[in-house]
Amino acid sequence: MTDQQRLQVEPVNEVTVVTFRDKKILDEAVIQEIGDALFTLVDKQYKTKLLLNFENVEYLSSAALGKLITLNKRVKEENGELKLCNIIPEIYEVFRITKLNRLFEIYDDMDQALRRFKRRAT
Amino acid sequence: MSHNSPPSRASRVRAGVPFKKNAWYSIDIPSASEEILEVEESIIEALTQTVLTNSDVFAVRLALDEALANAIKHGNCADPGKKVCIRFRLEDEGITISVRDEGCGFDYRNIPDPTADDRLELPCGRGLLLMKSYMDKISFNDAGNEVTMFKGRGNNDSCLQ
Repeated sequence: MTDQQRLQVEPVNEVTVVTFRDKKILDEAVIQEIGDALFTLVDKQYKTKLLLNFENVEYLSSAALGKLITLNKRVKEENGELKLCNIIPEIYEVFRITKLNRLFEIYDDMDQALRRFKRRAT
Repeated sequence: MSHNSPPSRASRVRAGVPFKKNAWYSIDIPSASEEILEVEESIIEALTQTVLTNSDVFAVRLALDEALANAIKHGNCADPGKKVCIRFRLEDEGITISVRDEGCGFDYRNIPDPTADDRLELPCGRGLLLMKSYMDKISFNDAGNEVTMFKGRGNNDSCLQ
């Protein structure tokens, strides 16, 4: 398990589980740091199966949503998969109002989400 | 909601001093995003003196964050020499908050729908949608550089409309 300042990163088989440490993802600087860390996972460490765990997140701004959208595009460019889990109802409502619940794959818990990642052909 | 600008004179927020009902308070900040959190914390603290529920507080924080970010980034173009003026008033039914920037304003009547299929994957443009969705009333002055929002007590599903 690798700890980063904003993210807790843990490999689970082929999937990289990323847990946000911040309760409030509102501040532009925080969003930028989180974004940089996530893109480093994709661009520099070639982690293209990402599960974002929102269990600690209590607030999320539209700027944070924008960062997730950009990340989603990047992961798709690499033929990867991005899924989200453990989103509290209040935050899920933000996704629903913005219709981003249609763009992202959102699961109630980590186990459900992990089961839906495609397995590498053996 | 017809737009009435708050009075220019308002009491400064002072740490540890309880807020009075139906009195206007003011906070002025430079246009720097790191100023936002302190403003939010002050107003959220004031909300403990109202009848608003936890869901309502969530709604206020979210809408306020979007309004402040818009004022700083779009209204004042992140120029730290320009101010964002926040006014708020605790009321029996809830809270009214006004956010004003020193920019030229914008055409708030003609904002593209960020939920449209061809805009869904754009990284920005959702702030106003969230403000309208989470606050009970919202209005702009004619220029579009001042927004006034009201949040009253809702039921537990108040933000699920």
